[in-house]
Order: sequence, then C-alpha cells, then structure tokens
Amino acid sequence: MAWESGVQFMIKKEVVVIGGGPSGMAAAIEAAKRGAEVLVIDANEKAGGQLFKQIHKFFGSSEHGAGVRGIDIGRDLLKEAEELGVEVWLNSVAIGLFAEKQIAVETGTDDAEKIVRVVEGEKIVIACGASENVVRFQGWTLPGIMGAGAAQTMINANRVLPGKKILMVGSGNVGLIVSYQLMQAGADVVALVEAAPNIGGYVVHASKIARAGVPIYTRHTVLEARGEGRVKEAVICEVDGKWQPVPGTEKVIEVDAIAIAAGLKPLAELAIMNGCKTKFDPILGGWAPLHDENMESSCSGIYVVGDVTGVEEANTALEEGRLAGVAIAAALGKITAEEAETEKKKIWDRLDGLRSGPHGEARMKAKDRQLADFRQLSAAEI
Amino acid sequence: MSQNYDDDMLVCRCEEITVGEIREAIRQGARDVTGIKRRTRAGMGLCQGRTCEKLVQAILRQELCNAPEEISAATPRPPVRPITFGALGRGEVE
Repeated sequence: MAWESGVQFMIKKEVVVIGGGPSGMAAAIEAAKRGAEVLVIDANEKAGGQLFKQIHKFFGSSEHGAGVRGIDIGRDLLKEAEELGVEVWLNSVAIGLFAEKQIAVETGTDDAEKIVRVVEGEKIVIACGASENVVRFQGWTLPGIMGAGAAQTMINANRVLPGKKILMVGSGNVGLIVSYQLMQAGADVVALVEAAPNIGGYVVHASKIARAGVPIYTRHTVLEARGEGRVKEAVICEVDGKWQPVPGTEKVIEVDAIAIAAGLKPLAELAIMNGCKTKFDPILGGWAPLHDENMESSCSGIYVVGDVTGVEEANTALEEGRLAGVAIAAALGKITAEEAETEKKKIWDRLDGLRSGPHGEARMKAKDRQLADFRQLSAAEI
Repeated sequence: MSQNYDDDMLVCRCEEITVGEIREAIRQGARDVTGIKRRTRAGMGLCQGRTCEKLVQAILRQELCNAPEEISAATPRPPVRPITFGALGRGEVE
C-alpha cells in the first residue's frame, strides 16, 4: 500500500492534531499561540466536534465556562484557531498512524474526489473522541434504533427528527439531556428506562423531563424491539438485583424510535495501532491509552487528550487539550520549561476542580490510577 | 444487560454474525476478540467493530467467566475507517 512503500512524504508539520473537537482544538490553539505550526484534521464538514450539538449551558464555575452553551464555546474555539493561523483540513479522516509519526489521511466527500495523503508530525495529538455503546436486545438492529448521541446530532446539527414517539434507554446525563432536547425539537419522549435502581445523571436534568411528564422507569430494561422494516413497539420489563428480567412485568410501548444512552468507549484505535500502552478502566469507558502529566502517551511525541484517554466531559476535554498544547510548545522549544510549568499548574488546578463532587470524584480517582499506571510503566522500562 | 442472549440475536450487524456463532467460536477455542474475528468475521465489516466490540467482549466474558480487564481490545489495523481503493490509488505520494 502507498504509505508502506518507502515513499517521500510531502507534508510535514510541527504539530498534527487528529480530531477537531474540544480537546483537539484546545491543544491546537495553545500550541499555535506559542508559535507552533499546527494542522488539525477533522472528519466532519465543520470542526468543533460534539460542541455544536450541545445547545445546553455547561455546569461548573465561571473559569470553566459555566453558564455558556457548548455551541458558543465551539464557535469561539474555531474563531481563535483561525486567528492564530491553525490550518484545518475538513472532511479528512485519519485512517492509520504509523512509525515515524506518519498519518495517512483520506480527504474528500462522496461528491468530490477522495485522495489519501500522508502527513508527518513532529508531535501528534490524538483527539478522536469516543463512540457510543450499544445495548443488545431482540430486534436492536431495526431501523429507528440509534445512539442517543446520534439522535442529538440529527435534531441539533441536521434539524431532522429521528421519530415522533421516542423511547430513551439510559438515565445518565446524555440520556436526560437528549430526552429534553428531543422534546424541545417536537418529539414525544414516551418513556425513559434505566436498569439501575437510581437515575444516573444530574437531578436538575432529570427534574426537567419528569416535570414534562415523561415516565421514568428505573430498574427496567428493553427486552425487545418489534416492527417490520422499522421499530414500532418496544417491550420493556423490570429487572431484578442481578439485572435479570422479571417475568410477568412486561409492558408494550408504541414507539417509532429508540435512543440508547449507554455510555461511550474511547476511540483509541490509532493510539493502539501505534503501540501506545493501554489499560482497562470501566469508569473511563474501557480500554484507554495511558499518559503522563503532559498527556503524552507511552510513545514519545504522541499525545492523547479528551475522550480518547477516558470518557469524561467537554470541559475536561478542553483542559486536557490545553495541557498537551502547552507541553508540546515547551517540547518544541517555543517556551521555557518554567513558563510551561506555571501554565500547566493552572490547568491541573482547573482539572482537579472539574473532577470533584459526587459526579467527578470517581473520574478523578480513575485518572489518578491512569497516571500511576503510567509512572509504573516508565519505572519498569528504566 | 445480560438478558436475552438468544442464539439467533445479531451481534455484528455489518457481517451479520449472531450470538450463536460467537458462542460456537468460543467452543472452538476463541479466547479473545481477535479469535472471534478470525473464526466468524465479527468486527471485520464497515464499522470495523466499533459497534460490536463491546458486545463481543461481553459474550466472551460471560462464556469464559472472565473479568472485563481480562478480555483485551481488538487489534486495530489500517484503514481504521472504510476507504475505497480508488482513493488509495490517487494518493499524493511520490
């Protein structure tokens, strides 16, 4: 294949960021701000990642952008990147990451000729985000059944309703927020089911949909989706303490779409392919690459930021991206180590703030484990 | 989430591989996602296992009574996203 034939590589950049979501754009901006030449590769026709679907306001303190809508944060990021001269390739998909930090990138759409180019980066930032988990039940592959994130993209980015009568599966923040946004978009959320005994997400989000009259069934699951050519009915039932269906508790609900909010998993293929060491952590969404305090992976010069290295939220993704951006600027000699330390300390303080409270503490511990595992790894190698 | 593991239920929709076929692969000696992939093609379709990898891991875990960290991730290989030979052929590499 082309990229393996010992060819001359045409494109070289100081920094190549794979993924133009919050973490990737933040890394690009911080590196570019300090004088690095940065290229961002993004698979979509517009960068910004999930931010442009997030029409709700963020939580946290004001320094974390609380009270600001994700979509506005996204717009500001793109503007800042443009002003700093960050180059962005849109409709561009990284299809492989190889030795010598070479990335094979396919650019183009179905309407335009697609080409594959190889880009070499002195430093590479992997910021590919995460993909949605599915839940398997009889009929789960019927049309009309999709991830909650996909449903959110349809309404908030593409202005298309996935259905009129929607069943939401999962009561984490994604399930709750997307349920509310589906209602705002004009759909009826006929029920929300959650296998756990309690609602997973913030009370403030749950209250909104409860007030709107959406029945929330905790200790319930989807048993079956029925329909010819498209989902028409969902069978839900109670589950016992071992997550097993309780016979005789089945309810049939008329639906035309089912949205599944069952968490996400890091899209770490490129990191794994390149040999970055990973570790399994259920809190972080599964297998995720390990990293040090600079977000650098076990492969020198390859940084992992955002959901790729553990599924969290947009605000933590932004800070992780900034960390990598500052660390890269220092590694490239654009700023002194002391300048970088001062800046990184501020970012770590903000990250610690974001990873506190009842919803953040588990993530804080998981991220600490990740750093500890990385240190152990480095110690073993020495 | 362990309910309803009927043998005829689809797991990998790209390659149309069922729970039963994955169980059979485990009986034949598959012990990880790669072993399942080699025997059944689950995870070798358009999405390259992005959708079904966790489902395959769950079945392995259940059948082998393993802890989640004992079931490794699949081995990713380029191209990680679907791409046409035409696009590859038009590459701007000298």
